[in-house]
Amino acid sequence: MSFELPKLPYKYDALEPYIDAKTMEIHHSKHHAGYTNNLNAAIAGTDLDKKGIGEILANISGQSAGVRNNGGGYYNHDLFWKLMSPDGGGEPTGELQKAINDTFGSFEQFKEEFSKAAATRFGSGWAWLVKLSDGSLKISSTPNQDNPLMDDVEVKGTPILGLDVWEHAYYLKFQNRRVDYISDFFEVINWTEASRRFHS
Amino acid sequence: MKHELPQLPYALDALEPHISKRTLEFHYGKHHQAYVNNLNNLIGGTPFENADLVDIILKSDGGIFNNAAQVFNHTFYFMAFKPKGGGKPGNKLNDALVHTFGSFEKFKEEFSKAGATLFGSGWVWLVADSDNKLSIVKTSNAANPMCDNLKPIMTLDVWEHAYYLDTQNARPKYIENFWEALNWEVIEKRFENL
Ligand SMILES: [Fe+2]
Ligand SMILES: [Fe+2]
Repeated sequence: MSFELPKLPYKYDALEPYIDAKTMEIHHSKHHAGYTNNLNAAIAGTDLDKKGIGEILANISGQSAGVRNNGGGYYNHDLFWKLMSPDGGGEPTGELQKAINDTFGSFEQFKEEFSKAAATRFGSGWAWLVKLSDGSLKISSTPNQDNPLMDDVEVKGTPILGLDVWEHAYYLKFQNRRVDYISDFFEVINWTEASRRFHS
Repeated sequence: MKHELPQLPYALDALEPHISKRTLEFHYGKHHQAYVNNLNNLIGGTPFENADLVDIILKSDGGIFNNAAQVFNHTFYFMAFKPKGGGKPGNKLNDALVHTFGSFEKFKEEFSKAGATLFGSGWVWLVADSDNKLSIVKTSNAANPMCDNLKPIMTLDVWEHAYYLDTQNARPKYIENFWEALNWEVIEKRFENL
């Protein structure tokens, strides 16, 4: 079995003006496609060939750098696309809203803390809102293509929200201004999908 | 001691078409400058306030290390370019490269491959050890080979900001361009002063 590049759930220009079409096109058709192809090459002929991505990531500590980096890159970008929408933005509702308020005090405080995690990740990586095994929420960040599903990361759990802060995610539009990219991300967050993940 | 952004010995458009003016405006004018500013802000009131840059790199960690090393790394990178650069190193360095790697072309191939395969943000270095034996090493993010007792001779920045405006995801194309802008006289001098 080999992995396929997941289709974007919207057009390349659908997240304008927050995320530009050219960035989306290169990010999906070059970077995400690259991770997918390299993951397939890394697992070809191994016993990982028959495993799902969740199982591969949950046992990543014994795997090669190629499987780790590309398996993470394959999964993280698929998640990232689904967590954005042209109808996104605003604030979460229902139980996710309540959990965020209970944990961080308010949506604004959550936004501030998440944005800070994304802004201060040095080098390439991701910022996460994670649901821990006891059901509580926590903000974390990981280097490169690591993610909370990996068995050897510091903060393990279900990713509810993920933000790509590799420079390729924002450089064409924002260059060195990562903080402006982070604040634009909040205008396209698909809170319906984040809530669905929170309940799953 | 206040750290300063070094003046470049060429104009920002002087490396075109290999490295664009726009890339240098951001890379030198914004990123390099920000590392200098961050470093100056972070060392105030610490034991590193009056230390020289290499000393800070060898003794610090965390944010001070990251910014100090990035100041050094970028200066080392930018100072080894010139307009109408490229070509090959002079005899002494060339002989050493031939001795270690077989030929200049093989060195170039191995160094380029190290750049293309470094995952995430980082740097590729030609270094010498304490016996002046040459090798190629990769470092992640801000890391600098001086911390491993290796002496840097040349470096390649493979953070995406170094090339994304010019070649986007095509890092190997950026690395090809990099060779065309190199100032081998500067690199040769570093080698002779080891
Ligand atoms: Fe990405
Ligand atoms: Fe750089």
